[in-house]
Amino acid sequence: MRRLLLAWLLLPALALAAIDPLPFKDREEEARFRNLAEELRCMVCQNQNLADSDAPLAKDLRREVFDLMRQGLSDDEIRTFLVERYSDFVLYRPPIRANTMLLWFGPALVLLVGAVAVTLIVRRRAQALAAQHGVKTSDNDAPDREETW
Amino acid sequence: MIGRLLPLIVFLGLGGLLFAGIQLNRVRDSSVVQSPLIGKPAPDFRLPELLDPAREVARADLLGQVYLLNVWASWCVSCRLEHPVLEAFSASGEVPLIGLNWKDEKPDALRWLRQFGNPYAAIAHDPDNRVGLHFGVYGTPETFLIDAEGTIRYKHIGPLTFDIIDQQVRPLLRELRGEG
Repeated sequence: MRRLLLAWLLLPALALAAIDPLPFKDREEEARFRNLAEELRCMVCQNQNLADSDAPLAKDLRREVFDLMRQGLSDDEIRTFLVERYSDFVLYRPPIRANTMLLWFGPALVLLVGAVAVTLIVRRRAQALAAQHGVKTSDNDAPDREETW
Repeated sequence: MIGRLLPLIVFLGLGGLLFAGIQLNRVRDSSVVQSPLIGKPAPDFRLPELLDPAREVARADLLGQVYLLNVWASWCVSCRLEHPVLEAFSASGEVPLIGLNWKDEKPDALRWLRQFGNPYAAIAHDPDNRVGLHFGVYGTPETFLIDAEGTIRYKHIGPLTFDIIDQQVRPLLRELRGEG
C-alpha cells in the first residue's frame, strides 16, 4: 500500500520526463528554455509543443534551441531561426497576417453573428409579445409583463 | 418564416464549412508544411560520405550542377516504397541523385543499401540531424531540387512517385536546363 502511494506521488515527475537533461547553468536559463520550448511546435506530432514531445525530432530541436541560447541569441532571434527553416507552422501562436486573420478573429466573428441573431430573435419576440399585450390590455386594463411569458 | 428556417440555415452553413475543410485537406494535405526555403540558397553543409568516410559531401563541391537531394533513412517505410522510383530515375541519368542519410545508424543504412540497391551518386551521412535541421527536414522521405547556383527550387515531402517526377520534377529540370 505504501509503495503504491509512493508510486502515485511520483507520477507527476513523469510529466517532466519529456525534457531531456540539458546542462542548464541556473534556474533562469532553464525557465527561459521552458518558455521557448512551450511555444514552439513539434513538427512531427503537430499538436504538441517542443516541451511536451518525446519525438526524436523534437529532441533535436530542443538541443538546437539550447545551443542557440548558449550562443547568445535572443528569444526572437531563435524563433526567427526556426521559422526560416520550418515556416510559421513551428510557432504555436501564429503571427497575425492577412492569411491568419480568419484563424485569429473567426471565433469572435462567429460570436458576433450569434449575438446579432439572438438580439434579433429576442427583439422580435418582445415585439410580438407587446402586440399581444396591446390586445390584452384593452380587455382587462391590468397589464402584467411577467406573467405573459 | 425565417425563424423556422434558421436551424436549417445554420445546419447547412456548418455542413458547408466542414465539407470545405475536408475538401481543402484533399487538395493539400494539412500534414504537409510548405518549406519557406524554396527560392532561397540551400543551407551550407559538409558531411562525411556514408560509404567512403574519407570523402565528403559538401554544398560547395556540388555547385555548378542541378541535383536532387533525397532525405532517407533505413527505418523509414515510405523510403522503401520510394526506392524503386529512385532507382529508375537515377538509372535514366537525367539528374544526379544525392542522398542525405538522416538520423540513421551507419550499419543499418549500409545494410539497407546492400539489400535494396544504391541509387545515389553520393550519400551524406547526418546521424545527428545537424544538416537536416537547417533544411527544415521533419520526416522522411523529403526531396529537394537544387540548381547550379545552389538555390532550392523545389521540395517534395513524402515518397516520390513516377507521376510526381513526370509532372513536377521533369518540367522543372527542363526549365532549369533552358536557363543554363
